[in-house]
Amino acid sequence: MNEITESLKPVLALACPASAALLILMSNRWPNLRESWTLIGSVVQFLIILSMAPVIINGERIECYLFREILPQVHFGFRVDAFGLLFAITASSLWILVSIYSIGYMRALQEHAQTRYYFCFALAILGAVGVALSGNLVTMFIFYEILTLSTYPLVAHEQSPEALFAGRKYLAYLLTSGVFFLAAIAWTYSLAGTTDFIPGGILKPVSLFQSTLFVLFILFLIGFMKAAYIPFHSWLPTAMIAPTPVSALLHAVAVVKAGVFGIVRIVVYVYGTDLMWELGLGIMLSSFAAVTMIGASLFAIAQDNLKRRLAYSTISQLSYIIFGVALLTPMGITGAMIHIPFHGFMKITLFLCAGSILVSTGKRNISEMAGIGRTMPITMLAFAVGSLGMCGIPPVSGFISKWFLGLGTLQAGKLSLLGVLLISSFLDVVYFFPILYLAFFAKPAETESMVIERKCIKEAPLSMVVPLTMTAFFSIVFMFPNPVTDLFLNLARTAVGQLGGG
Amino acid sequence: MSHFIEHFPVLIVVISLLSSITILVAGWINNKTSYFIFITTILIQFVAAIFILVHVLTGSPIHYWLGGWKPPWGIEYVVDALSAYVLVILLFLALACGIYSKKNIEHELPKKVVSFYSIFQLLIAGLCGVAVTGDVFNMYVFIEIMSIAAYALIASRGKIALKASFTYLVLGSVGACFFLIGIGLLYSVTGSLNMHDLSLLLPPLYGNRVVQAAFVFFFVGLSIKMALFPLHTWLPDAHAFAPAEISAMLSGIIIEVSTYAFIRVSFSVFTVNFLKLLPILDILCWVAGAAIIVGSLLAITQLNLKRMLAYSSVANMGYIMLAVGLSTSVVSEPWNGLTPALMHILNHALMKGCLFLVAGVFIYKADLWLIKDFQGLGKRMPYTCAAFVVAAISMIGIPPSVGFVSKLYIILAAIEAKKIIFVALLLLSSLLNLVYFWRVIETMYMKKVEGEEYSLLTHVSKDEAPFGMLAPVLILASLCIVMGFFWLAKIPMPLLNQVNSMFGLNKMP
Repeated sequence: MNEITESLKPVLALACPASAALLILMSNRWPNLRESWTLIGSVVQFLIILSMAPVIINGERIECYLFREILPQVHFGFRVDAFGLLFAITASSLWILVSIYSIGYMRALQEHAQTRYYFCFALAILGAVGVALSGNLVTMFIFYEILTLSTYPLVAHEQSPEALFAGRKYLAYLLTSGVFFLAAIAWTYSLAGTTDFIPGGILKPVSLFQSTLFVLFILFLIGFMKAAYIPFHSWLPTAMIAPTPVSALLHAVAVVKAGVFGIVRIVVYVYGTDLMWELGLGIMLSSFAAVTMIGASLFAIAQDNLKRRLAYSTISQLSYIIFGVALLTPMGITGAMIHIPFHGFMKITLFLCAGSILVSTGKRNISEMAGIGRTMPITMLAFAVGSLGMCGIPPVSGFISKWFLGLGTLQAGKLSLLGVLLISSFLDVVYFFPILYLAFFAKPAETESMVIERKCIKEAPLSMVVPLTMTAFFSIVFMFPNPVTDLFLNLARTAVGQLGGG
Repeated sequence: MSHFIEHFPVLIVVISLLSSITILVAGWINNKTSYFIFITTILIQFVAAIFILVHVLTGSPIHYWLGGWKPPWGIEYVVDALSAYVLVILLFLALACGIYSKKNIEHELPKKVVSFYSIFQLLIAGLCGVAVTGDVFNMYVFIEIMSIAAYALIASRGKIALKASFTYLVLGSVGACFFLIGIGLLYSVTGSLNMHDLSLLLPPLYGNRVVQAAFVFFFVGLSIKMALFPLHTWLPDAHAFAPAEISAMLSGIIIEVSTYAFIRVSFSVFTVNFLKLLPILDILCWVAGAAIIVGSLLAITQLNLKRMLAYSSVANMGYIMLAVGLSTSVVSEPWNGLTPALMHILNHALMKGCLFLVAGVFIYKADLWLIKDFQGLGKRMPYTCAAFVVAAISMIGIPPSVGFVSKLYIILAAIEAKKIIFVALLLLSSLLNLVYFWRVIETMYMKKVEGEEYSLLTHVSKDEAPFGMLAPVLILASLCIVMGFFWLAKIPMPLLNQVNSMFGLNKMP
């Protein structure tokens, strides 16, 4: 089951964004060349990562260590397993689409400092994929911090006082959490003597005080503030001041998912489900997640700024993943794992739509969007697909992950948790459907009805519409059996299978 | 060849002293020559230091008897792994600062070029002397040489620098005096000044109050020299008003050489057994912990970049001393014994050297001292600012920089020593570092220049530092990352382990 293949592919996959970043910096003066490096880097990286999939689905692992024994029993390097690959595929495939989108967005708005933007974007992808492929906590920490730092210039991109404030808040939250993460790693290392991710966990309850393990878990949780659970969520809505593609990829996929990914790693691969169960940590974690799922949805209802509403929706949805893992049942963990790519595709669709609306009409607030479905039909249709997915309504893939999560609660025998899941889904409907209603059925404001009478369709540039259509399309495709869905499901199944039955 | 290398320790000091005089004489005739004599000397010294390091690594320590007098009667120079390590670091940084100084000194002290290089060379002679000597009194002499040279160099800009230099002079002299009293007390009970001889004569006398008092005098005296909190008060002004390369030397090497002297006295003269007898190292840990926090907090309040960096040095001395304090209770490799402390000595020299040189570039190009005036520098001087960011990130301790490796090792050592409180202090301090360094980075890159609108068309003219100043800055900055990988790959570990086994820090307590 645990055959190990040595291969350089993980390093090559990381070399793509790294070299793309350098080339971007060098081709500062030639925008077309600069953007083509981003595209080439993203496509090549995606192919390399995808090529690892067949081996991984067989239950093997790919290892590649650059520096052995940086500390005794700790190697700096990568060990790709099914769960890591799942996240890596999500991040790298969405990088391609968002790169295309970025080009349209940044050029349409004539943003400043575009070289810095693309440079940091590539570095952030390096960080996210590095987190996904890391073989142990120390390597993961290194990429985790790279991810934090490289996204700071993206958040503060506008350089206005508010953006600077958002940047500071972002760093204050995430680097503080990094410090806790480091403390937790050092402590784990001194307890377990290793930091590798091993299905079933590396911490053994023998000779350890329960309270020690409990405090350590709290340290890890604080260390993953990137997962934006309540009460450590407020950096995410503030960071929405970033350009929309950044919000889309980084704050719906790369950064926040890195946090959630870390929590899953800790629960399943450091503590192990048995130990979690023994310590009663599953209950604690699932109540955290439940509070966030419902609380963030309530916050979302009150937001008028579209991106902020989406941010709160992200906070709520991220906790679905934490929730699924906290159930500690095979179904729950499967649901959590596949929610990572599925939510990624759906949420990115929504963010890309928000960006298109901004570019073509300059509107940021939901209350101004009355009738926008008539001027921007494609964008708003895609938005509708994303919204349905968020609410977990069948033709969109969000349904599958919710289905698994629901089964997970039953497997765990906790009906109250199923109730939480349903309430939260209901709240999703409450804050998404008004947007759809406004967009398609409400009457536009006086001044704008002129445009609509002339039946003028005013979509965003093609390079923006195509990616968002693609992501919406995939969100639906994942619902039905086909090779792409099978890839994700098989990866999740392999990962859960390696846990030894849970 | 190997027989020839035995003479290198004394040659390093002697050519430095001779070169100092030569610079003065040759510069009197033609002041263009002084720089070339200076750089050539350091280059020769640096190469010699590398030969010594290789020799020490493969063979045994070098013992050199001055004038052929046998110790303990004559002065002995002893170069072991620790001395060689410090020697290479100090000459490397001196080389970087020397290259940097050509343009900077022509600009800052146009009329004092000759005397500047002459005294700078004297400073290096003193530093090298402290590193190679095996005799306590001789060490005192070299500490005084290096300090007096430093007083003069700090005062070289005149005006307010005179006051800074005077403060340092008074406090530094008190420190040196304490050191001398310590030597006197030891001499009164043992009648010897040779370090090795002392370490053999002292063990029966460890209970003696005079010996214990001597250690306290050494400790306090050197604490002043290394600016350990709360005896750091001379340091911020001295660092702030000295010319940039002297600030870099002060922060990167001069106070580090004082920590070297402390390690030498504590472990070579007094040995581990004495340190375990009294709660000295526990006290040291707490003092260092206070230094880390207070230094970082004071750094946050500073408006002047160089003063901010100076307070950061106070905090970093705390890191080194904390690691020294933990050294006797930590045995598992690779963070055993003095390894984290020695590691941070090198790392701090690289990081702080780079940061002070960058601060010097800002002063050289635009006379900018205050952090709030740095708006738009990220575009004006892209390479210099990039170097600053790398070094600052390293100070904060973000992987894979050198600062991260030091932090990780000290944390692991503190966990093993079961002193969790210091783990918390270290992590808190890295957050405080973040606060004060990020403020600078934000101002350089993100704050908009007043009255300027950004658009795609705005072209900010580049105004980079001259190559001679940029090169050392960039080399130091890239070493901040490259050395990080070296540490992680454990390339320098055999050397440090040699130091640990020499001091008996590998065995279980």
